[in-house]
Amino acid sequence: MKIHEHEAKDILKEYGVPIQDGFVVDQESDIESAIDKVSQEFNCSQFVVKAQIHAGGRGKGGGVKFSSDKAKAIANAKSILGMTLVTHQTAKEGQLVRKIYITEAIDIAKEYYVAITLDRAKSKNVFMVSTEGGVEIEEVAETNPEKIIKVWVDPNLGFQQSQARYLAFSLGFTGNQLKQAVKLFSALYKAYEGTDASIAEINPLVLTDQDNLIALDAKFNFDSNALGRQKDVLALRDVHEEDPTEVEASKFNLNYIKLDGNVGCMVNGAGLAMATMDIIKLKGGEPANFLDVGGGANVETVKNGFKIILSDPSVKAVLINIFGGIVRCDRVANGIIQAVSELDLNVPVVVRLAGTNAVEAKKLLENSGVSILSAETLEEAAVKVVGAAT
Amino acid sequence: MAILVDKDSKIIVQGITGSEGSFHAEQCLEYGGNVVGGVTPGKGGQKVINDTVPVFNTCIEAREATSANVSLIFVPPPFAADAIIEAADAGIELVVCITEGIPVIDMARAYTYLKSTNTRLIGPNCPGLLTPDQAKVGIMPGFIAKKGSVGVISKSGTLTYEAVHQLCNEGLGQSTCVGIGGDPVIGTKMAELLQLFEDDSETEAIVMIGEIGGSMEIEAAEYAKENIKKPIIGFIAGQTAPPGRRMGHAGAIVSGADESAEAKKKIMASCGIHVVDSPAEIGKTVKKVLVS
Repeated sequence: MKIHEHEAKDILKEYGVPIQDGFVVDQESDIESAIDKVSQEFNCSQFVVKAQIHAGGRGKGGGVKFSSDKAKAIANAKSILGMTLVTHQTAKEGQLVRKIYITEAIDIAKEYYVAITLDRAKSKNVFMVSTEGGVEIEEVAETNPEKIIKVWVDPNLGFQQSQARYLAFSLGFTGNQLKQAVKLFSALYKAYEGTDASIAEINPLVLTDQDNLIALDAKFNFDSNALGRQKDVLALRDVHEEDPTEVEASKFNLNYIKLDGNVGCMVNGAGLAMATMDIIKLKGGEPANFLDVGGGANVETVKNGFKIILSDPSVKAVLINIFGGIVRCDRVANGIIQAVSELDLNVPVVVRLAGTNAVEAKKLLENSGVSILSAETLEEAAVKVVGAAT
Repeated sequence: MAILVDKDSKIIVQGITGSEGSFHAEQCLEYGGNVVGGVTPGKGGQKVINDTVPVFNTCIEAREATSANVSLIFVPPPFAADAIIEAADAGIELVVCITEGIPVIDMARAYTYLKSTNTRLIGPNCPGLLTPDQAKVGIMPGFIAKKGSVGVISKSGTLTYEAVHQLCNEGLGQSTCVGIGGDPVIGTKMAELLQLFEDDSETEAIVMIGEIGGSMEIEAAEYAKENIKKPIIGFIAGQTAPPGRRMGHAGAIVSGADESAEAKKKIMASCGIHVVDSPAEIGKTVKKVLVS
């Protein structure tokens, strides 16, 4: 799960990481008073107006504007609030900016990169810092990997002071800066663990002209397996940032991701669902979605699955691929027959059922009278559905 | 032979009184597995599955009473990491955790702790293990498999069944099928299983089914290049997956160029693995490799 920058900064603040602070506005009438508040509270006369959307690349897309006085801040805030921001991380049609974050402007002497995430190869969290802050870290990783300094944290020991010192010295800090950095890194790790984050990133962390270290931007993603014990984090979920069909699907406990093709697919199990999409592509088609209906595929799941898939108007044919292990294929077939006859479908449906009672299931489908193309193997199913979609 | 489990494995089921646990414990028994007991805190003293399988309060008690050496876990996600550690503390040699949805940091802690014990963990979020005609420790449908000489390693559930089904259609049985799980932190990685199959006299070829996300397949391929002589047939699911989106499994997300299906397949091929492009060709390719 992702959250907005201002929410990420609230978390940092709570854990004692100094931030570039400000106020959030979601309607135009509040802009001026918010700017006045920023000015008073943080004792500043220059501001930054930042679009609050989850996607990165906001600056390049025109969603972050430095404003050298109040009048400019008002103008920038008015133009950003309500704009549709397109960045390399948003969908093609962009993301509506529903709220903006108006912050103090800060005199930057130097920028750094700081992040924590899981290193899957080591099954440990990795704490990374770099002097190359403010730019795309992926680029640094590619061109100058030696400029990213890493330490791995033993999950049962936690982040050590010695590790914080090593990172701080690696960035060239001394004296007062070093003290601030060690404290800040330790606080960031506590925030990461305390919120069950999967990514905590400060990019950039800045050294100000006054020699203070401050988080200028912040990004937190969270481990969705841990949301059950992170009620405060879960409360920050912003469904406006999610695909509405995916939100709808999640209500039915269906795992759906919309893609750009025209072949809908409904599969049990994530691995088989991906493999089914792959073979559709290999046979010359384009999958319209990823949809994992999970272990049990009954009438309700199949019906809901159809509704979700067919809410996408570009879908020209649907492939149902179910491998029955514990779940019996004849039951799945009955579910499909009932769903298809009740829903009055107007696209061809190819069904491939394998595993427990697959033979009985095939007979059921063939004798049902509903218009279903049945297939025996994955190969045959893919060829049939791609043919039907074109 | 076979790897990890066979007819002599003595299995306990943690969470045996829950609906999942009791259903699958019975299935494992029916398959012929040696389910000697179960653990549910507070329900010790009961007997389940037609009054045949004793339930214990703790793993230590269960171990002492039954000499179990394998534990199968169906404990809900918030308590599953604790259950894994409990099994390890009781000296259980092999722990198979089916539970899906365990918080990552809990797993990282359990994983790190297990390194200081002699316990091997399979999973979590996996279908478990199946040694055809001997034992099933997990939720794989036993009837789809048959005894033979192909070892199967897979991150996925139903895609494993698909591969096993294709193998059987080609007349190829399996030595052991291992579902390792699709989470970011798992107990046993592909390279370790490749070595176990390499050392198993019954296994002649190995099927390795991976997916997008992480670098485990690449590490396994590089390991295989130096250490594994038996032929490996590999498939990577998720060639059409868009970057940055989690495809069902918590671990199936492309977050860097190296984590894409394309990148993994390329490195696997360069390490001598027979890479299959189509998921429908897994069985046929194994047959071809074994005949040649």
